[in-house]
Amino acid sequence: MSSSVERFDERARREADRVGTTVVRRGELLRHPVYTRVLHWLVAITFVLSLLSGFAIYSPWLFKFLTPIFGGGAMTRFLHPWFGLAFEVFFLFQFLNWLTPMMWRESDRRWLKRIKAYTTNEDKLEPADVGFFNGGQKVYFWAIVLSGVLFLITGILLWFDDIFPRWLVAVSYVIHDLAALLMLAGFIIHIYEGTAAAPGTFRSMINGTVSERWAWTHHPAWYKAVTGRDPRESYERERRRQSDRERAIQEWEREQDGRDVP
Amino acid sequence: MKMSNPQVFQIQEISAHPGPVPGLGTQRAVQVCKYIDVTTCIGCKACEVACVEWNDHPFRETTFDDTYQTMPSTDWNYWNLIKFAEDERDGNLMWLMRKDQCMHCEDPGCLRACPADGAIIKYENGIVDFNQNNCIGCGYCISGCPFDIPKFNQKTKKVYKCTLCSDRVGQGLEPACIKACPTGCLHFGTKHDMVQIAGLRAKQLQEHSGFANAGVYDPQTIGGTHVIYVLHDINNPERYGLPKDPVIPPSYTYWKWLAKPAGLLMAGLGVLAVFFHRVAVGPRLPQPEQPAPVESQPDPIEAKRKEQP
Ligand code: SF4
Ligand code: SF4
Ligand code: SF4
Repeated sequence: MSSSVERFDERARREADRVGTTVVRRGELLRHPVYTRVLHWLVAITFVLSLLSGFAIYSPWLFKFLTPIFGGGAMTRFLHPWFGLAFEVFFLFQFLNWLTPMMWRESDRRWLKRIKAYTTNEDKLEPADVGFFNGGQKVYFWAIVLSGVLFLITGILLWFDDIFPRWLVAVSYVIHDLAALLMLAGFIIHIYEGTAAAPGTFRSMINGTVSERWAWTHHPAWYKAVTGRDPRESYERERRRQSDRERAIQEWEREQDGRDVP
Repeated sequence: MKMSNPQVFQIQEISAHPGPVPGLGTQRAVQVCKYIDVTTCIGCKACEVACVEWNDHPFRETTFDDTYQTMPSTDWNYWNLIKFAEDERDGNLMWLMRKDQCMHCEDPGCLRACPADGAIIKYENGIVDFNQNNCIGCGYCISGCPFDIPKFNQKTKKVYKCTLCSDRVGQGLEPACIKACPTGCLHFGTKHDMVQIAGLRAKQLQEHSGFANAGVYDPQTIGGTHVIYVLHDINNPERYGLPKDPVIPPSYTYWKWLAKPAGLLMAGLGVLAVFFHRVAVGPRLPQPEQPAPVESQPDPIEAKRKEQP
């Protein structure tokens, strides 16, 4: 990436950190600085607004449920392109902010190959080469980039559809929908992965931190890069520490009342 | 426009309306039709004036572009336009004049494309009417229409077009443009009658006026129209600015009514899928898992019982 973009991102992160704070406690790592978190939620809010107002117009079956949220059909039609534009702008900043960690690598191809093992939770720990973002996250990111471009082009055509040629509008109509469905699919998975599927993830977008255990479990290469420690060893050490403690407690209990704990 | 006479105006189709059309099938309305004989049009524009008058449209500026046409195309407050085309016949100039307005398609592309419930209504008598109260101003109807008819008003953000004078027809009157025509080239009646008369006229042109290709324009690709023309040359309707085989873009037919609901269904299934993933597979916890408090640790007796059927 050109250095001016990097300089801009650096400055934005610094400025955001001056206004906001991120408290990193013992056993935690900083994952997302203030700038990233704010951007993420601006993108998320404008995306949801675009999604709801768009789906109101998407299908006759949703029209009457979703248009009242925005003050009727005409208002929905008026707001949707502005929501979309706001989304595009915020995502552009997020795009620049994340471009470096989202670069596609050989390890991501390997990650995608074992996606089945990932979804079935076959291995408790992610492979050692999974960095700040895993292959799935990168696929989602680039899918948003693709959809974002499609949305922007077809969106402008549909926005001013009374002046563009008829066939161009008709084609845009389909492409805009396809982009929306692609985004929706990714969105469902994204919310699930960010909350229920991987506990400890959601707070990284709120507080900005994750536990070290979370880091060596899900993103070992990133853990190694920021701590300098080997993720596998840290994991083993933590396991020993846990069982030592268990044993100590059991012994203590035995001493206390001479009974055997099952 | 609201109709007063339910016998003439039983609604047949409603844009973007999920569910059945109220009252459909309780009565059958007669199919109305406007028949325009372009061969006897003299380009006097009486119909243009009548349309502006009846619909209370203000006088407006026109655009002169070196033709006899009032303006390049119909507009949101100018629904009726005589289109002038200079053509050739046997090396001589032939002037083609065609009254352009909504065709009131049997399969209306505007209605198919419209996402707003009740913004476009098709009556059983064949009239396709816009209800601006329900219009959201998206402009999809413009790209759905094969005849470039619906026009956008930048101020009101709504779309307007010829109503086939549904307010007059509802009172048993003919459309205003029909009434104004001095040569009798405009006719109004039932679809059946108009097709019949137009057919006779086309035959007359073939046999007595040397127009071997004269014929009736009632395009079947959209199920016919409720405005039909007799043209000198039915094989080349493009000479009059009419599409030979008008079609509705598949975006508003197959995509909208088949693929879109399918996409929605997939989204619903996706939500169910992640829910059941959580139920069946469970979360990926940071490793090693922290020992749970004693009361929520797996019960060794119950764990054994699980192995039995
Ligand atoms: S001519 Fe256009 S506006 Fe008129 S009914 Fe047909 S599709 Fe609709
Ligand atoms: S602009 Fe046309 S398609 Fe859109 S809501 Fe109005 S009538 Fe329907
Ligand atoms: S039918 Fe009525 S609205 Fe349509 S062109 Fe004639 S006068 Fe105008």
